[in-house]
Amino acid sequence: MTTNNSQSNNDNASGENMSIASSSLANVSNSRASQKLPGTAPLGTGLEARGIHAWFGTHLALENISLDFAAGTVTALIGPSGCGKSTFIRTINRMHEFIPTAAMAGQVLLDGKDVYAPGTDVTKIRLQIGMVFQKPNPFPSMTIGENVLSGIKLAQLKVENKDDLMQECLVRAGLWNEVKDRLGAHAGGLSGGQQQRLCIARSLAVKPKVLLMDEPCSALDPGSTLRIEETISELSKDMTIIIVTHNMQQAARVSDYTAFFLSDGGPGQMIEVGPTAEIFTRPRDERTENYVSGRFG
Amino acid sequence: MTLLEAKPGATPSPREITTKPRISDQIFRGVVTSFGMSALVILTLIGTFLAFRGVQTIHTIGWGFLTNYNWDVTTSETGVVTDHLGVGAMLIGTLLVSAVAIIVGVPLSIAMALFLTFYAPQRLKAIFISIVDLMAAFPSVLFGLWGFFVLMPMATYWAKLLNHYLSWIPVFNSPEPFFERSPFIAGLVLAIMIIPIVTSVSREVFAQTPLDRIQAAYALGATKWGVIKAVVFPFGSSGVVGGAMLGLGRAFGETVAVYTVLNIVFAPNWHVLFGSGGNIASLIILKWGESTGAETTALLAAGFILFVLTLLVNLTANFIVRQTLKSGK
Amino acid sequence: MTTTVKPQKPWSPTRQEVAINASSFITSAALATAAVKFTALSGKIGFFVAFIISITTLQVISGVRKYGRKALADNFASSIIYVGASIVLVPVISILYMAITKGIAGLHWSLFTQSMFNASFLDPVSKGGLLHALVGTLYLIILSMIVSVPMGILTALYLTEIKGPGAKFIQFVVQAMSGVPSVVAGLFIFTSVILISPLKTSGATGALALAVLMIPTVTRTSQEVLLLVPQDLREAGLALGATQWKTVATIVVPAARNGLITATILGVARIAGETAPLIFTIGGADKLNLNPFKDYQSALPFYVWKGLTLGTPESLQRAWTGILILLVLVLSLFIAARTLGVRKMGK
Repeated sequence: MTTNNSQSNNDNASGENMSIASSSLANVSNSRASQKLPGTAPLGTGLEARGIHAWFGTHLALENISLDFAAGTVTALIGPSGCGKSTFIRTINRMHEFIPTAAMAGQVLLDGKDVYAPGTDVTKIRLQIGMVFQKPNPFPSMTIGENVLSGIKLAQLKVENKDDLMQECLVRAGLWNEVKDRLGAHAGGLSGGQQQRLCIARSLAVKPKVLLMDEPCSALDPGSTLRIEETISELSKDMTIIIVTHNMQQAARVSDYTAFFLSDGGPGQMIEVGPTAEIFTRPRDERTENYVSGRFG
Repeated sequence: MTLLEAKPGATPSPREITTKPRISDQIFRGVVTSFGMSALVILTLIGTFLAFRGVQTIHTIGWGFLTNYNWDVTTSETGVVTDHLGVGAMLIGTLLVSAVAIIVGVPLSIAMALFLTFYAPQRLKAIFISIVDLMAAFPSVLFGLWGFFVLMPMATYWAKLLNHYLSWIPVFNSPEPFFERSPFIAGLVLAIMIIPIVTSVSREVFAQTPLDRIQAAYALGATKWGVIKAVVFPFGSSGVVGGAMLGLGRAFGETVAVYTVLNIVFAPNWHVLFGSGGNIASLIILKWGESTGAETTALLAAGFILFVLTLLVNLTANFIVRQTLKSGK
Repeated sequence: MTTTVKPQKPWSPTRQEVAINASSFITSAALATAAVKFTALSGKIGFFVAFIISITTLQVISGVRKYGRKALADNFASSIIYVGASIVLVPVISILYMAITKGIAGLHWSLFTQSMFNASFLDPVSKGGLLHALVGTLYLIILSMIVSVPMGILTALYLTEIKGPGAKFIQFVVQAMSGVPSVVAGLFIFTSVILISPLKTSGATGALALAVLMIPTVTRTSQEVLLLVPQDLREAGLALGATQWKTVATIVVPAARNGLITATILGVARIAGETAPLIFTIGGADKLNLNPFKDYQSALPFYVWKGLTLGTPESLQRAWTGILILLVLVLSLFIAARTLGVRKMGK
């Protein structure tokens, strides 16, 4: 996967001579940083991953990942395919363990408490850490309205006004105007971008503190992608968002922090993390620089 | 006219491609095709031969054949045969016994299928699957033997309990306290016989539930049962119905086990706990040995009725199951 | 790069959870025993029912205390599912147990060397044997295979290799045929062959009735196996200039060979235990008949059926022994099909 502008500065290995690509990324991320609005709600201490290792059977897929996610921020995880980004976020909301041969080590602290502590109710964890998947997956047997509230129903949560909640979630997901007249229609009739926004609305209904997004726009057209990126910016005022993406421009547009993952054929590792603007303009590691300037990936 | 002169925008029409296969291939295709048609031929023959007898019987006896309850053949001293033949009671019996089989067998099969797909640890799973397949391999006469000697004493006790507590429900009432060899017990034996096929169809359908929907439900904080209710059942319900119908088809045609366990009486009996009943298949083997002439033809006609019934049920079932697996709703 | 960190599964049940489960198991057993002693419930069934009720209640209570309301449905449902799966096991074990214990009592060597020609079913079990039934079943299997296997495999070839215009319809027909009850198959052969043709009640007509049941099974399994052969192999053969029939005969069929053998074995297993079609077609002799095309023949299921319907203790004992032998035969076939099937994709 390469960036759009091809590279002409192959002989410049480091330092200030940036290629055209990463300087435009830098521009984008700088402009976002200056426009970021402060959050409005207190969010607790945030999410911390400490020393995460992940195995599939005896194969070590992730090695010693430690990352902090401050409340109210958007963090992008970038890196080439197969270096464990998706596996990492699945260890955060404990979806990794569905694979029969899966094993892990390390801690994931949500507001200071390890989600893997013995005796934890894993379904409660998943209410607090939501997930949006790469391929939109609304429940086809339910209507649009039922889809939005499905999380409430599955968790048997008490809600005073279901209609208000439904409207609020659809508004925040940027879908309300398009579906307000057909909440009783089946979800299968929506376009791909609309379905993905419906899935976002669905995750919002249970009021998560963290939202994990696994390449949410990779199956969508540019128009839908832009709408969803706007949504992400809005959402980040009230929650922590972690987004895995292959698209570096998207990372530059959307995130406050960026972490770069890489695997050299062995387990995936996190090479570097920092404010997005810095990652794209002054990365400290040579491999990061090679990736963001498109020399590989 | 060279290519350069061709008018822009003029697309040529596609060429016809013909291949004449070699003689050896033509023979091959001919042989295989004719054998391929053989299934169709056999099925049609079955239908035709038995339909012929069916028509004969209706001709002689009239449509009362389907509704009359009696089945008796008497030969007077002068050799004159008079018969009153009717499969009405047997049809009722078929329905009743099959209903019990479905009501008991399908929930158990669904439980087993859910267990195998979502609850069983890997090592246990293979063992259980082998056991269920083993059930499919048991000869039906074994079920008859076991049903009569082992299940009947236990089931008679339960029948008495049911009658004692629930006889205000008409179907559990019983004209006489004769609980042995009842449609209830025959239905229980049949339930066990249909479990392998209903389980295997249900399992196939459950296993094909789209993984992304299951993951979406878990990611929303659902429990395992929540996921099953929200995703697996809506997806697989019609497939399970198809599987249940396949089991029903099997129950309709089961002969030996029913014959052994059920007390065959030619009177309509809707009381499932009362020891009297019969189904068409067991009627046929009961009366076959001594039958001649019109009675034999009538038995063949009964076979035709059975053929048509099971054909309808099986075709519908297969259609439903295929639709579920294909559409991935 | 090695790491000294060990893989763990923090989601597996902790020691405490395992202990709680074990204690609820034991408590339920105790409660159930008490229930059987002091209430109307009786016997093994009563114990089972009381045990299920108490362990379900205990699991649900502990689940709700820990996890809240939604655990109610979840724990209750998983209890029901475990119970259902266990209930299904019970008849299988019981049937096997019965067949083995009751059948063994009647085993003796002359079973395999004598027929019932000189003995009656009502005689003590040590007299006479089931050689005639064994031979009959053997004939039925062989003749039925001769008819069904070519027809079944060729039909499957039609559906997978030629895929002619009628293929969908034929598929449909094969499925319909697999639902034909065994009684109907027997009746069909009776009216079409025995009544009309020179071939009368004999082993051969029985084999034909069984073939009607075996062909759909062989066709369906063969079709599945042939579809598993990768399309690349066929294309490779055709690209080398081979005719279609040569490709099929020398490449496709050998690639699917193990699977086709499995299909045959499964078909045989299905019909070896069938009784109903035989009642109308083989007549059921008591003596050994080495000619399958003429005169009444016996077979193992028929032998068992006869013993069962006569109803005396001696004849029933013969029936149990006969069914044990039949069961051993059918199970061996199934195991053979399984082991071959497991290796099927390897070769």
